[in-house]
Amino acid sequence: MADIDLSKADSGFRKELASQPGSEKLAACFTCRTCMASCPIGVVNSRFNPFRIIRMALYGLKEEVLASEFIWLCSSCYACQERCPQGVCITDFMTVLKNMALKEGHAPTGIRAQLDLVKGQGRIYPLDDFDNKKRNKIGLPSLPTSCEIIKELFPER
Amino acid sequence: MKYALFLGCTIPARSRNYELSARKVANELGIELVDVESFLCCGFPIKASDMKAAMLMGAYNLALAEESDLDICALCSSCTSALTEVAHQLAHDEAMKNEINAELARANLEYKKGVKVRHFARILYEEVGAEELKKHFTKSLEGLRVASHYGCHYIKPSEIYENFDQVEDPHTLDELISITGATVVNYANSKRCCGGPVLPVDEKLAMAVAKEKLDDVLAAGADAINLVCPFCSVMYDSNQKGIEAAFEKTYSIPVLYLPQILGIAMGFDRKELGLNLNIVKTKELLSKYYEPEE
Repeated sequence: MADIDLSKADSGFRKELASQPGSEKLAACFTCRTCMASCPIGVVNSRFNPFRIIRMALYGLKEEVLASEFIWLCSSCYACQERCPQGVCITDFMTVLKNMALKEGHAPTGIRAQLDLVKGQGRIYPLDDFDNKKRNKIGLPSLPTSCEIIKELFPER
Repeated sequence: MKYALFLGCTIPARSRNYELSARKVANELGIELVDVESFLCCGFPIKASDMKAAMLMGAYNLALAEESDLDICALCSSCTSALTEVAHQLAHDEAMKNEINAELARANLEYKKGVKVRHFARILYEEVGAEELKKHFTKSLEGLRVASHYGCHYIKPSEIYENFDQVEDPHTLDELISITGATVVNYANSKRCCGGPVLPVDEKLAMAVAKEKLDDVLAAGADAINLVCPFCSVMYDSNQKGIEAAFEKTYSIPVLYLPQILGIAMGFDRKELGLNLNIVKTKELLSKYYEPEE
């Protein structure tokens, strides 16, 4: 991975993050790297390193953090958050970053597709008559194949 | 004991074996599971992209359960954590609750006092208990070596779960398995994630994470994996063949849902527990617990 380039730092990013739920205690990170040692993704891919993401965010490297593919590799397993000796809610912080990145247009296709499915049809796997046929065959009840109420929940769509 | 059954998205479409076996076991134990047709996605899959929308989805489902005056029993660990988290947040943040209720009003719903959210396995452990379960067993599963995969969201984040299990040394699933007579197999890195949430982002990476678990389970000499989440099952059962092909290894480790294992001990037949729907074949492994089929 390339070196961190501080010339691109945005000093307001740290403040912006501090107001987000889950990121309040970010500055308490004392770089012990317990998160890195606990990460199941880091085991198979050294590109992903929660410790590095926290440092980059604290340095104010907003654009680099939000545009980087590695924030999307967090599996939100909470292993780091449970073990952080400083009480940094690392998993919640990663979720905040992912939300910000999506707003800036950086989310992977698969993630955007899931959002469209849920806001549009209420489910990531919308059910059809064939699903109900398979369900009924083994004695499971049918479930609705369409959903109107979702339009009330997300009228802006 | 009566709960609203929360199925979520994955189970009714892709894990009918889990749903079937859970309904059978619940019925045997006298747990009434009520179907609420208007339940939708729990919100978990969109938390990464839109936290506010995810919370609204969670609150919508909670409000529906409350309207029926029922607490929620979820089978999926991700649904359990998403719904528990929203219930926890709304119980502690009145302003947030008002904001969410303003949105729920469009669907003619209001979330008031709050509902309890429980994973099915937690209900079995805490509310049914080992002694009561044993009364319903007709077969001993002695000789079956089972490695439990707790996964992440069944027990984490711990702050929303009242420490019903221990995050760094979980035991609830192993205890439920051991009362059937089966042997609990300990294995390295047992607390590691299945990789499922990364699947829509980087399939190869998700498979590599799941492979680590299969390697550890194989090395410990387990006959089968026991789990309680359909996401984890997609990684270990549905994708096991793909992992074998990608990494040129052979595992052939059957992956069973907890109620399937308990259901075998209760004397249900293969089809009643959806064992014929598991991707990695279970017939040979379970042959000593069933009469040979015609």
